Amino acid sequence: MSSYLELSARQRIPHLFDAGSFEEFLPPGARVVSPHLAQLDAPVSFDDGVVVGRGLLDGQVVFGAAQEGGFMGGAVGEVHGAKLVGMLGRAVIENAHAVLLLLESGGVRLHEANAGLIAVSEVMRAILDVRAAGIPVIVAVGGANGCFGGMGIAARCANTVIMSEEGRLAMSGPEVIETANGVEEFDSKDRALVWRTTGGKHRYLVGDCQLLVADDTDAFRAAAIAAMKDARGKGAALTLEDLQAEQGMLERRIRDFGDAPDPLEVWRRLGVPEPAAVPMLKADAFLAMAAQYRAGPGTGEN
Amino acid sequence: METLHFRFDAGSRPLPGAPQLVGVVSSGNLEVLIEPAALNGGCEIEVRTAANGFGATWEAVMRDFHGRWQLMDTRICINDMGATPAVVSLRLDQAVESVTGGPP
Repeated sequence: MSSYLELSARQRIPHLFDAGSFEEFLPPGARVVSPHLAQLDAPVSFDDGVVVGRGLLDGQVVFGAAQEGGFMGGAVGEVHGAKLVGMLGRAVIENAHAVLLLLESGGVRLHEANAGLIAVSEVMRAILDVRAAGIPVIVAVGGANGCFGGMGIAARCANTVIMSEEGRLAMSGPEVIETANGVEEFDSKDRALVWRTTGGKHRYLVGDCQLLVADDTDAFRAAAIAAMKDARGKGAALTLEDLQAEQGMLERRIRDFGDAPDPLEVWRRLGVPEPAAVPMLKADAFLAMAAQYRAGPGTGEN
Repeated sequence: METLHFRFDAGSRPLPGAPQLVGVVSSGNLEVLIEPAALNGGCEIEVRTAANGFGATWEAVMRDFHGRWQLMDTRICINDMGATPAVVSLRLDQAVESVTGGPP
């Protein structure tokens, strides 16, 4: 057993893919670094903060990427984004069995301005292209920096999002909300509030992530394999029915929880018997409890 | 940013394996890319550091490193965000060990 949270992006790859199977595209030795950071006299990284390539997962050819949260918070610059887009495009050309994205990112790398923004939007489109080709896209979120901004949206373009309790997924990050709306709206220093608003358990309960696992590389790998098989069985392409179901889930969320001041109240309204105890539950106990209460695109015409 | 170059010529051990990258370019940390290269027996190290004015300290750390490993025909490139000398030494050892599979 090994903590997913504690590993670097480069260390996560061999834990998630079949041992020794991963072949990296544009490895660090190729030195494809950000031209923008050098202009700003800022440090660069030889992989621009992302590992992309092709490996085997449970014996199947699966393309993948891992973002390094330690380098500029995993933020997406021009090169970083182009590596993701190129890998996703090649997954379609080579008819991959699936794509596995280990995301950890604050979103757009602001240093690179429009180039970064365009890169993130291209990543979203590329993810949808992969799905349109019938290839499932599986996202894992379990790093210390979470998955925010444009990459939070990109994550939700995937077939399946796998999270740990420690993982976080949202659009605006805590500091952004506090800066824009004031500390009364959201106190970014309140770590318990931050995690119950953006953390894996809340995302699982409200239906934004489909699988929740303990902070363990083996658990992430097993979930990725299960998600890949499930999505291959169901068909990976995004359909109109999928979008309408998702839209229905979001409408019910605003209607039922739009005035809730805190996720604790959301969980109470979902029927969770002891909302205050949720953050303390281990993954297995949480899943057993959450099964009957969690919201999802398929649940409830109420 | 400051870029520093070092070259050591008295090495005796070529690097046996493929290029490796260790570490992360984050605050107080660094990444080390190590790869075999035909350098007429030399070991060349390029450092790009966010902390200006520490050339003498880097040189001392690099000299220690070369004394420990005696590498030849090796290129090492470093992207640094203010790592301390101890962290730099540990990362350099980790980089070599990731290629050779163990301590000297």
